[in-house]
Amino acid sequence: MSDTVKTSLLFLFVGVLILLEGSTNALFFSGSWNSALLILNMGLVSAIMALGVNLQWGFAGLFNVGIMGFVALGGLAVVLVSSAPTPGAWSQGGVGIIMALVMGAMTLVAAIAVFRMMEPGKLRSVVMIAVLAVGFVVYRAIFDPSVAGVEAIDPALAGNLGGLGLPVLLAWPAGGLLAAGAAWLIGKTALGLRSDYLAIATLGIAEIIIAVMKNEDWLSRGVKNVIGLPRPMPYEVDLQNDAEFVAKAADYGLDPVLASTLYVKLGYSLMFTVVLLVLLWMAQMALKSPWGRMMRAIRDNEVAAEAMGKNVTRRHLQIFVLGSAICGIAGAMMTTLDSQLTPGTYNPLRFTFLIWVMVIVGGSGNNFGSVLGGLLIWFLWIKVEPMGLLLIETITAGLSDGSAVKAHLLDSAAHMRLLTMGLILLLVLRFSPRGLLPER
Amino acid sequence: MDFLNALVAFVNFVGVPAIAYGSQLAIGALGVTLVYSVLRFSNFAHGDTMAFGTMITILVTWWLQSLGVSFGPLPTALLALPAGIAATMALMLFTDRTVYKFYRAQKAKPVVFVMVSLGVMFMMNGLVRFVIGPGDQRFADGERFLISARDFKAMTGLREGLAIKTTQGITVITAVIVVALLFWFLNKTRTGKSMRAYSDNEDLALLSGINPERVVMYTWLIVASLATIAGVLYGLDKSFKPFTYFQLLLPIFAAAIVGGLGSPIGAIAGGFIIAFSEVTITYAWKKVLTYVLPESLKPDGLVQLLSTDYKFAVSFTILVIVLLFKPTGLFKGKAV
Repeated sequence: MSDTVKTSLLFLFVGVLILLEGSTNALFFSGSWNSALLILNMGLVSAIMALGVNLQWGFAGLFNVGIMGFVALGGLAVVLVSSAPTPGAWSQGGVGIIMALVMGAMTLVAAIAVFRMMEPGKLRSVVMIAVLAVGFVVYRAIFDPSVAGVEAIDPALAGNLGGLGLPVLLAWPAGGLLAAGAAWLIGKTALGLRSDYLAIATLGIAEIIIAVMKNEDWLSRGVKNVIGLPRPMPYEVDLQNDAEFVAKAADYGLDPVLASTLYVKLGYSLMFTVVLLVLLWMAQMALKSPWGRMMRAIRDNEVAAEAMGKNVTRRHLQIFVLGSAICGIAGAMMTTLDSQLTPGTYNPLRFTFLIWVMVIVGGSGNNFGSVLGGLLIWFLWIKVEPMGLLLIETITAGLSDGSAVKAHLLDSAAHMRLLTMGLILLLVLRFSPRGLLPER
Repeated sequence: MDFLNALVAFVNFVGVPAIAYGSQLAIGALGVTLVYSVLRFSNFAHGDTMAFGTMITILVTWWLQSLGVSFGPLPTALLALPAGIAATMALMLFTDRTVYKFYRAQKAKPVVFVMVSLGVMFMMNGLVRFVIGPGDQRFADGERFLISARDFKAMTGLREGLAIKTTQGITVITAVIVVALLFWFLNKTRTGKSMRAYSDNEDLALLSGINPERVVMYTWLIVASLATIAGVLYGLDKSFKPFTYFQLLLPIFAAAIVGGLGSPIGAIAGGFIIAFSEVTITYAWKKVLTYVLPESLKPDGLVQLLSTDYKFAVSFTILVIVLLFKPTGLFKGKAV
């Protein structure tokens, strides 16, 4: 079986799964087209994240477990770009916050300058600590009152700076840029460390990004969440009140509620597919280009590549930034799909390690593999719960209805997800370490 | 007198919690460091191993409590601890047999091991949630305080109280015993010496007739005990929640790396460094400062450098600084 046939067949398989989800309610399928499209949309977003991770791991062998952080930054970009500015926030303290942040950055730059310029010794340490301490006090002195000012504005509804009020689609590239900026900072400090250390470093940074988003209410409203973000698609209610739309739906024999929900979801699916295809095409071109071959050469033998005059650290930084940017775009798309930013829901198991399962199962180093892995694993992630319930119902069929064991097992079926994902990952790593679609 | 009050306030809010937390981190980091030095990979499943051991201990504790067994003023969980350790040992040996052994035989790269440990992490996490659920569990019983704040105030006549929880006392005592036993084992016994030899130079160790599978087996047994003890102590002191244990991975790794991966002394030092920095930087210093500073300099705010939610940021910043300036950690660990 040639590679192309295998790839097509596997994609066809995922397609059939999603079609079955929409059309039949046998076994664990729900028979709802809404649910099928929901799975497809998040699957497409996951596929884009997997594409980004594949760029870092498959092309360059960088072990990044901070995906959650970049995804969250993409979500933050949606708030900063598209939500309406809070009236008065900038005069109440927005300017002060920006000034304080600039002060903080300048302090760090000054400290680094001291470290670079002065002779090593006790004096250098003392001056550096003094610069940092003074900088920190000044920063807090400007920052705290400004934040209090911003957060005092209508705290039940706003209390944050708000955004620029630009069209929400602009937030997607902006999310990529924000994630790329963060990745550049992280890469500058953490790349060049050994693979395990890079893993721990990225894991930590992702947690910090989430902590910042949860606590800095002036930025993202923290755990109060930002809801009602602008959408690129019309609201379902408006469609249902639109006589023309209702008439059109009637032509297809659909009732207006179902038609409007499907219409909106299909719109998202189309948009996401376009973005995915563009990114996939770019990744594919990059893989085939001399640049892609160089990346794989570096991955396979850093020393040899260095001997050929390749600057390994810079190339690593480059691809780390690119891959993270893709994750940022995906994060922005996800927040747009939900039309709300909920910093409390970011969980490394779901946003970092699940993406890794997708990449490994799909086949690291193969872009089509990542997309396939993204769609397939996302489908499983959603469907493992009903599958597990089905399984446990079958197993416990013999037990009497009132028994405590049966009740506990049925209650716990929801937790089958993590167990199954771990099992899939271990099985793939053991029996097919190159994934469903191996690298060519 | 003001100075004494300040000192007591400091010990009460910073010193005691940090020592207890530091001991828990140190025992956790010892486990990570042992896996790293003998099996040569960063074990991402360590947090969930701790959760598993604690879960078994909690279940046995509940069973003992239902039988009416208690340990007097001490928590019943201490009686259940051996059962937790035994179960975790069995699980570790089972995981090693079914999962890790295959890759060891293949001499897979460390990063493959890390990936595999991610899979193990998922499965253990799922298993724990499956059995005990994702919620919060408190299982500490017995006497709550060694010294309560009120008794301390009555005893000394100071305005500030010093409270030491029983669990904090137990944590420190257990930590001392565990560390002493571990060092005795590593330095004095034959198996311990062969473990160190294997970790220093695998080829030479094999040449001198050390059985690698035996070394690996003992490592997992020790790691299982350390993980369970660390998990139970943390759970007694705070509370048990699967997700919190997963998140403990970060400070534990930070402790192990700051001290130098592969160095047991480093792991202990790292644990206390991380714990003390987390607590001091996120503590509101107002109370202490009002005693020490003269009236005119009294602070208005809480004098809290960072809010408590940023404790990850603290351990992480220390980690980065150490990695940048001293990549092998404070106590020269090894870099594979």
